[in-house]
Amino acid sequence: MTYIAKPKLHHPALQRNAVGFTRRDYEGAISTLCAGCGHDSISAAIVQACYDLAIEPHRVAKLSGIGCSSKTPTYFLGASHGFNTVHGRMPSVLTGAYLANRELIYLGVSGDGDSASIGLGQFAHIMRRGVNMVYMVMNNGVYGLTKGQFSATADKGSVAKKGAVNNDSGIDLASLAILMGATFVARSFSGDKHQLVPLIKAAISHPGAAILDVISPCVAFNNHKGSTRSYDYVREHNDALNRLDVITGAEPITAEYEPGTTVDIMQPNGTMLRLAKISPGYDPSDKAAALAFIQDRQSAGEVATGLLYYDPEGRDLHARLKTVEQPLNTLDEAALCPGRDRLSAINAALR
Amino acid sequence: MRQTLTAINDFVVKFANVNGSGSASANELFTRSILRMGVPVSPRNIFPSNIQGLPTWYEVRVSEDGYLGRRGGIDMAVAMNPQTWKQDVAEIAPGGYLLYDSTRPLPDSAFRDDVTNIGVPLTAICNATYSDPRQRQLFKNIIYVGVLSALMEIEPAVIERLFSEQYKTKEALIASNVKALHLGRDWARENLAPGICGLKVERRDVVGDRIFVEGNAAAALGCVYGGATVCAWYPITPSSSLAEAFESYCKRFRKDPETGEARYAVIQAEDELASIGMVIGAGWNGARAFTSTSGPGISLMTEFIGLAYFAEIPAVLINVQRGGPSTGMPTRTQQADILSCAYASNGDTRHVLLFPEDPRECFDFSAAALDLADRLQTPIFVMTDLDIGMNHRLCRPFEWDEERRYDRGKVMTAAELEAGRPFGRYRDVDGDGIPWRTLPGTHATRGAFFTRGTTKNRDARYSEEGADYIENMERLQRKFDTARTLVPQPLTRPAREPARHGVIYFGSTAPAMDEALDRLSGEDLHLDAMRVRAFPFPASVSEFIAAHEKVFVVEQNRDAQFRTVLIDDLEIDPARLVPVLHYDGTPITAQFILDAIRHRLAQLRVTPLERAAS
Repeated sequence: MTYIAKPKLHHPALQRNAVGFTRRDYEGAISTLCAGCGHDSISAAIVQACYDLAIEPHRVAKLSGIGCSSKTPTYFLGASHGFNTVHGRMPSVLTGAYLANRELIYLGVSGDGDSASIGLGQFAHIMRRGVNMVYMVMNNGVYGLTKGQFSATADKGSVAKKGAVNNDSGIDLASLAILMGATFVARSFSGDKHQLVPLIKAAISHPGAAILDVISPCVAFNNHKGSTRSYDYVREHNDALNRLDVITGAEPITAEYEPGTTVDIMQPNGTMLRLAKISPGYDPSDKAAALAFIQDRQSAGEVATGLLYYDPEGRDLHARLKTVEQPLNTLDEAALCPGRDRLSAINAALR
Repeated sequence: MRQTLTAINDFVVKFANVNGSGSASANELFTRSILRMGVPVSPRNIFPSNIQGLPTWYEVRVSEDGYLGRRGGIDMAVAMNPQTWKQDVAEIAPGGYLLYDSTRPLPDSAFRDDVTNIGVPLTAICNATYSDPRQRQLFKNIIYVGVLSALMEIEPAVIERLFSEQYKTKEALIASNVKALHLGRDWARENLAPGICGLKVERRDVVGDRIFVEGNAAAALGCVYGGATVCAWYPITPSSSLAEAFESYCKRFRKDPETGEARYAVIQAEDELASIGMVIGAGWNGARAFTSTSGPGISLMTEFIGLAYFAEIPAVLINVQRGGPSTGMPTRTQQADILSCAYASNGDTRHVLLFPEDPRECFDFSAAALDLADRLQTPIFVMTDLDIGMNHRLCRPFEWDEERRYDRGKVMTAAELEAGRPFGRYRDVDGDGIPWRTLPGTHATRGAFFTRGTTKNRDARYSEEGADYIENMERLQRKFDTARTLVPQPLTRPAREPARHGVIYFGSTAPAMDEALDRLSGEDLHLDAMRVRAFPFPASVSEFIAAHEKVFVVEQNRDAQFRTVLIDDLEIDPARLVPVLHYDGTPITAQFILDAIRHRLAQLRVTPLERAAS
């Protein structure tokens, strides 16, 4: 209902965070996605996470590819510059923006078609490079915007709405990210705000490439029997690893879930989603163990969620390149131009 | 009595070697020694798409008159590659010279009797002097340089000085090279008749203060001086050395003096799409960024080029052109990408192209491109080619005005936003088609907008309205028209006498054209000439064409691409523009231009028979 403009005024008693913004200040335009779309829940989680972390909205740069997922940056952080790039190539544009100004917070939003098909190469390479960013995959197993074709994360055996069966092996972006060197790899579910928001906050705070593979059921094209990306399937097969808590500098956010308990989430379509923290002793720092665990759960038909792999050191491309602290886009002639005298010396050496 | 070629400071020597044999530095030594004697030289590499073992040629033109284009034909072949012997010998002009390794006897049939065959037992000399195989290989080349220096009277002291400069404090290396040089000289003087070679070098003072540099290095330096901080690239012949030179210059000039930290970022990306993506991301975020590539890379980058055009983001692409299409001729030159760059990407697009003629203009135009990209908020192509990029060329020294400031274009500041200055990302507030932009992170509550490749209104909001789209597209045309006066303007060379016809050319055709015009004039054929240096074309180009009956358009591709763009941009009657096309992968020669134009002019002078209407 985008003909309804969002009111600019908001309640004077709305709570403000540490930098003086209300939650409304982190919102964007009204969504044009289908009612009940999982992506909108993720957008809300992003809004919440940024509000909680007391980030100044204009210090975030949000980039996306092409697709339903990639439309979402318009629907959050309206005060941030956004860039809807081209299909599958958001990572390169984000990398360039990051090189130009290391001080902003970079949020890259993509979908499974955008990242696992056409964008598979750029996905892998940005993980390898260690660009300091949050890479959010809104993963629903279909190309929603072009009406329902399978994407590369769709599991073998999935049945499309019109009856076609997917015979290719599915790509697990979380495993791939771990192999490529991402230092923060998590999976979640769009309907699990309590798991997702802390994960987003942790990802933003992480000094390296952080990827969130968020299963996000498509209400139009993949929420039917046979799909492994439907509310039903995920609810039945989810296997939450751990509940992540993020402690900010200002005030600690306390966990609401004890290890070993379950949480029931009521979804917009009336179904219940049950997530459970399965292994209190899960060690996310062991790369090989993480990969094995994901494979293991997959064989059991379950989707492991939570913080799967985590290296607190992170790897930052600017640090590796040893670039100056001042953002490159602030340097002027004095800093960049070698000057006329040096040019004379260069000329002399070329004679 | 056989006629032999004699010439002072005016001849062509072609070295035929096996690549990877160390011949490149020896051949360059030959070239530089003549330059140091004050005589202009222009060398050209003709190398294979390979690393080791295939033929490579180095063609050196010595020209006291200062002609730097390829002449065509050779006066002496230094035939060091048995694999190409036949063709190397066949190419020598009658009366010319063959220098070869006579260690192993060759049948008489291998030689021509209208050529002076100068055999030197190079391998035997090497084997007698050196025991290490690598030394034998390397010094063989220096020995033949020594022989040439004796034959052509190139001053040995000049060569020795070059050794000192190259090897600096490594005394042993200098000594061994000097020794090899004199081995060759002494053998020649002891075994060859004094006047056997009619090609001589005499000291002059024609080089002046000109520098000797490759186009790619010059372009890279222009990017450093022009303030580029981000370079993203993918290796492709013949552009790789440009990005590498940029990185090398940055290591020297762009390190913070206190911390040693880098005031630049160079990324060798995973492919060309990622390269241009990074450049666009950096440009969007306010850093001057460029990529260097060749034709196939531009093909890959085309989708992103359209995005940068429509979303109006600064980017510089240096296209060091090579033979196309597809993988084409990776190690041969061509001006093959005019159309694919001028009209790159789907839909109605137009891009600014700059056409440098030599390394000096590569330097100037790369720096100018960075300014133009920011000012016009669009991709700017610097169109060089393999001939300019990968050969050393004599050119005017680089210059830089200390007072020069970068033109960052219309970027609205936090202060301006705070003061309430109205902002709409795609509003044509100044009438030149160029809107104002804001950089990410500028202001807490004002100035943010969404950049996208889809249609939008003047305030960057998504729109599917036809009227918004048309307004946007027309403003882009206005912006392109604004570019006509901002880009490097054409340079004209009027004929000595009033001329009915004219000629237009661009880029690496220039040195051959200069020579061709001199020679045409000598034959009493006069043409006004215009060297176009950028697209879109200013009014002076249409005026030039209108002032002549026919205008030859000389270019190095099959389909007369530049002519097509002239016709399209300026609405010229095609009958007015006569194509002169050279596209075999070698650099165009004055002889080729001369023959083509002379032939066409003769045709134009034929009076058609008139038939009476009955």
